Amino acid sequence: MIIAAILSILPSAASADDGVSQARQLELVKLVRNDCGSCHGMTLKGGLGPALLPESLHNSNAEALRETILRGRTETAMPPWATFMSEIEAAWIVEQLMKGFPDAH
Amino acid sequence: MRINCWLAILALLLSSCVATPLRGTGDLGLIIERDVGRVQVVDTSARIVLASISGLGDLSHASVVFSRDGRYAYVFGRDGGLTKVDLLKRAIEKRIMQAGNSIGGAISQNGRYVAAQNYTPGGVKVFDAATLQLLADIPASYGDGKLSKVVGLVDAPGNQFVFSLFDAGEIWVADMTDPTQPKIQKFTAGKQPYDGLITPDGRHYIAGLFGEDGLALLDLRHPEKGVRRILNGYGQGEEKLPVYKMPHLRGWAVAGTQAYLPAIGHHELLVVDTQTWQEVGRIPVAGQPVFAIARPDGRQVWVNFAFPDNGQVQVVDTETQQIVKTLQPGRAVLHMEFTPRGEEVWVSSRDDNRVTIYDTQTLQTITEFKASAPSGIFFTHRASRIGF
Repeated sequence: MIIAAILSILPSAASADDGVSQARQLELVKLVRNDCGSCHGMTLKGGLGPALLPESLHNSNAEALRETILRGRTETAMPPWATFMSEIEAAWIVEQLMKGFPDAH
Repeated sequence: MRINCWLAILALLLSSCVATPLRGTGDLGLIIERDVGRVQVVDTSARIVLASISGLGDLSHASVVFSRDGRYAYVFGRDGGLTKVDLLKRAIEKRIMQAGNSIGGAISQNGRYVAAQNYTPGGVKVFDAATLQLLADIPASYGDGKLSKVVGLVDAPGNQFVFSLFDAGEIWVADMTDPTQPKIQKFTAGKQPYDGLITPDGRHYIAGLFGEDGLALLDLRHPEKGVRRILNGYGQGEEKLPVYKMPHLRGWAVAGTQAYLPAIGHHELLVVDTQTWQEVGRIPVAGQPVFAIARPDGRQVWVNFAFPDNGQVQVVDTETQQIVKTLQPGRAVLHMEFTPRGEEVWVSSRDDNRVTIYDTQTLQTITEFKASAPSGIFFTHRASRIGF
């Protein structure tokens, strides 16, 4: 009974996690909302940087987006984030952005 | 029956007295609670929160200007909301949605016009400060009709507004003599102006450039001379570091005859002489500076930083140009605001949900209090300063 209860609050089969722990997911969500949000807006609808909403990204290539996150984009204000996250974590962020980014709460 | 009636009237009178005691607003201010669309009304003498006001929309980026009588705050929200808050009634007086994506605003020299600077649609809108009725719409069009994001909007003497076009690389000066027909002058600034400031004397407008090593200076007394580049090539020979948050410029950067400006991509403050506009020094600091704010007497400059160094605040002594203290107010320090004469500074720490008040003489904490993801702190003495 207790074990079943514990299992029920664990992520379902860790399928969508792609190797990113839930605690780390929460950190990444906060990072994106707050720190990416400095330029892209906390609601990700854009600021000095472009919008990162599903409808604005639907024509983008996920791998290219991951590379942009990790290495930045020259001639623009987009800095590289590779110091702060792994490739897997960047890919997880892209996946979330493309399907609608979770809230920080 | 008659006694009851008199009692009711007496109670009403008493309650209205209790609700609105006579007071000035010179020691009041607002703190933005960015994640809940709320502002706190604070009293800087008593160091207390007087009220919380909700319903201001998306305040994830917000800025505030004050009416010249110091009673009303105009809050510019990220979602294009412009909210006029009555600091005495502690309530929203009026609120409009004026754009889709907004970054801040300014109030004119005569106090009659409030201007909002917008990303979407790119441009400036000017409103009647009393009624928030639209007076003028200034689309920031460039090239073949594209609209540029607008940054660095300030008020200037002669009832002018000055602002920069991030995408167009221009500075525009709008003369509001006829508020419904602004006269616009345009100047080439340089690549990607990210913010601007006007010096406290109202003479010089400076746009910081993200895309170039230098800043654009416009002498508003002699606009015919055009824009001049200052601190040109300040980053030459050094590797440019990533910038995880754009710095903010305002007239607070000026301390005495020197301005302390954040370098872009270098962990330094650039010190420039405001008479000659030549570089006179550099101060290495803990990270990418975001705000470099002079204490009102110019004796200190307080600096906070972009991610990932945003848990620190450094205090520069302007006489020795040395950092005298590195403080750790909390996680994600977003803003600092001095009391009118600078004996205290209030510092917001977003991720610790805290505002910390420091004694600027001893650099010790006086007190702290809770706020929900606090960002901007704005005190009413801005009402009487050019460029605020």
